[in-house]
Amino acid sequence: MTDAVKFDTALPAKRESRLKRFFQALALMRESPVGMIGLLLILFWVMMAILAPFLPLYDPNAIMAPFQKIGATAPDGGIFWLGTDHKGRDILSRIIWGAQKVLIWATFATFVAYVVGMLMGVLAGYKGGWADEIVSFIANIFLSFPFIILCIIIVATLGASGWTVVVAVTFASAPQIMRIVRGLVLDLKTRDYIFAAQTRGESPWYIMLVELLPNARGPLIVDACLRLGYTVVAIATLGFLGLGLPPPDPDWGLMLKEAVPLGAFAGHSMYLPAAALASLILGFNLLADGLREISLRD
Amino acid sequence: MIVLAAKRLVAMLLIMLVVSFILFSLFEADKMAVAGKVLGPYSSIEQREIWLSQNGYDEPFLSRYTQWVGGALHGDFGDSLQYKVPVSELLADRLKNTGILALIFFLIMIPLSLTLGVLAGMKEGSWLDRIISIFSVLTTSIPEFVTATFLTGLFVYTWQLLPGTSSMTGGFSWQEMILPVMVLVIYDFGYVTRMTRASMAEVMTSQYIRTAILKGLPYKRVIMRHALRNALIAPFTVIVLQLNWLLSGLVVVEVFFAYKGFGSLLVDAALFGDIYVIEACVMVAVFIAVFSQFISDIGYTLLNPRIRFS
Repeated sequence: MTDAVKFDTALPAKRESRLKRFFQALALMRESPVGMIGLLLILFWVMMAILAPFLPLYDPNAIMAPFQKIGATAPDGGIFWLGTDHKGRDILSRIIWGAQKVLIWATFATFVAYVVGMLMGVLAGYKGGWADEIVSFIANIFLSFPFIILCIIIVATLGASGWTVVVAVTFASAPQIMRIVRGLVLDLKTRDYIFAAQTRGESPWYIMLVELLPNARGPLIVDACLRLGYTVVAIATLGFLGLGLPPPDPDWGLMLKEAVPLGAFAGHSMYLPAAALASLILGFNLLADGLREISLRD
Repeated sequence: MIVLAAKRLVAMLLIMLVVSFILFSLFEADKMAVAGKVLGPYSSIEQREIWLSQNGYDEPFLSRYTQWVGGALHGDFGDSLQYKVPVSELLADRLKNTGILALIFFLIMIPLSLTLGVLAGMKEGSWLDRIISIFSVLTTSIPEFVTATFLTGLFVYTWQLLPGTSSMTGGFSWQEMILPVMVLVIYDFGYVTRMTRASMAEVMTSQYIRTAILKGLPYKRVIMRHALRNALIAPFTVIVLQLNWLLSGLVVVEVFFAYKGFGSLLVDAALFGDIYVIEACVMVAVFIAVFSQFISDIGYTLLNPRIRFS
């Protein structure tokens, strides 16, 4: 960032080094077995989500034979690898399609929350004064709600859909992201390169978005990882409370809600989605743990 | 200290005012649907409008809001639309139940997590530390309703030891408390344990502990007298701040086990659109959030003289 004039010519070289740095980061992950396990768990579910349309699965919403055990033969001669649920839908297919759904919405919701939170944080931290007071007060309003309670109220008022889940997660997460970014920016804005940019006469928004934010990314990556996990939990919890992504499309939380009362004679239909959910969230937590460990070591 | 308390109080009141106003206006847009829920799905539009005007919804929005604020200041939060009883009565009963659940939870969680955290932090990197750390990450990573699912499967369906509901319809019962408390403890203890462990590990590397060991004090005495007091400052604030975190956890656990507490009341009210109950519950939640933050700040200064005198 030292030479803004030669920005264009410097771009290709920079991109190459980015890629190299990415692989270096991956190599670093090997130093943390805990982080590696987390990464593998996440990659497994991401692969499942990507491959979902190509795998030889039953339609997740097709109603076939109810309460089939694990490995039972389907009416058309196929096999229900993980059995079927109370409505006769293939559980394996529902879990895999559910993974796709929860990963897409969680990533999208976390992304939106990050955009809003980072803009608020960098504005509050860099501008200070009234901007800081106002943004911090708005953030404090939403921080005074317990996370899930805020989500419940928003979704209950706006009606359950993927978009309201995004809105709810943004309202609940953005203030927390704003606090982290604000703290980082308060520290970064006293650096020489910021003074240099100010002296060059760069606009405040250029300084905030091009100079400050990229340099605050380290702690934010660890936080983003944890937050993705929280968002998956939030979506699943809302689903479990009947406020999540609307049926009949598979949603892990809703699958649990429907299966638990029938657990006495169809245990697998309740344990399997629970295990899927637990493994994915464990993955995010372990990866965040590993990343933090590695970043502390440097 | 008094200045800090006054500042926090003013901030809290301001937040409560803004939050209650936002909630009020959110449900204002939705009042036809609320009337529909009170009168049933087959009520006509005219019936709903009559109900709305009978219940004072014709008055201007702002005058109803100020009326509510005035009532709330006297402890009168209006009547629940769903249960047709004063909100304050309903809330007091539910808060008492949640209080009992939270009390039992804290009585088990605090000694358990502090002991495990201290044991793990005493010797960083030992096998005991590894086991405790891994176990606490595992349990904390799994959301409550997943833990609740597994525990219900084992204790209720497979072994048939415990009831799967905690609705307490036949009066208070210890048996019905076990599963909710167990889920909360399993979900929550790991976090406090890790905080205690980190704090203990940091203290154990400090100069004064090395001095105490080198001057020949018994190891037990070094731990009990020198390390513990300093190591417990950080976990204290974490535990108090858990109060706020716990509210979220309680919502899920109470709904899962049909426990008649604050959390399940709030979910029911949110689903029904029972605005006065929601308002009252949220005011309680905001109060707990601000109050626990305040207590943890004060406790922190009391426990740590370096902050107090600077």
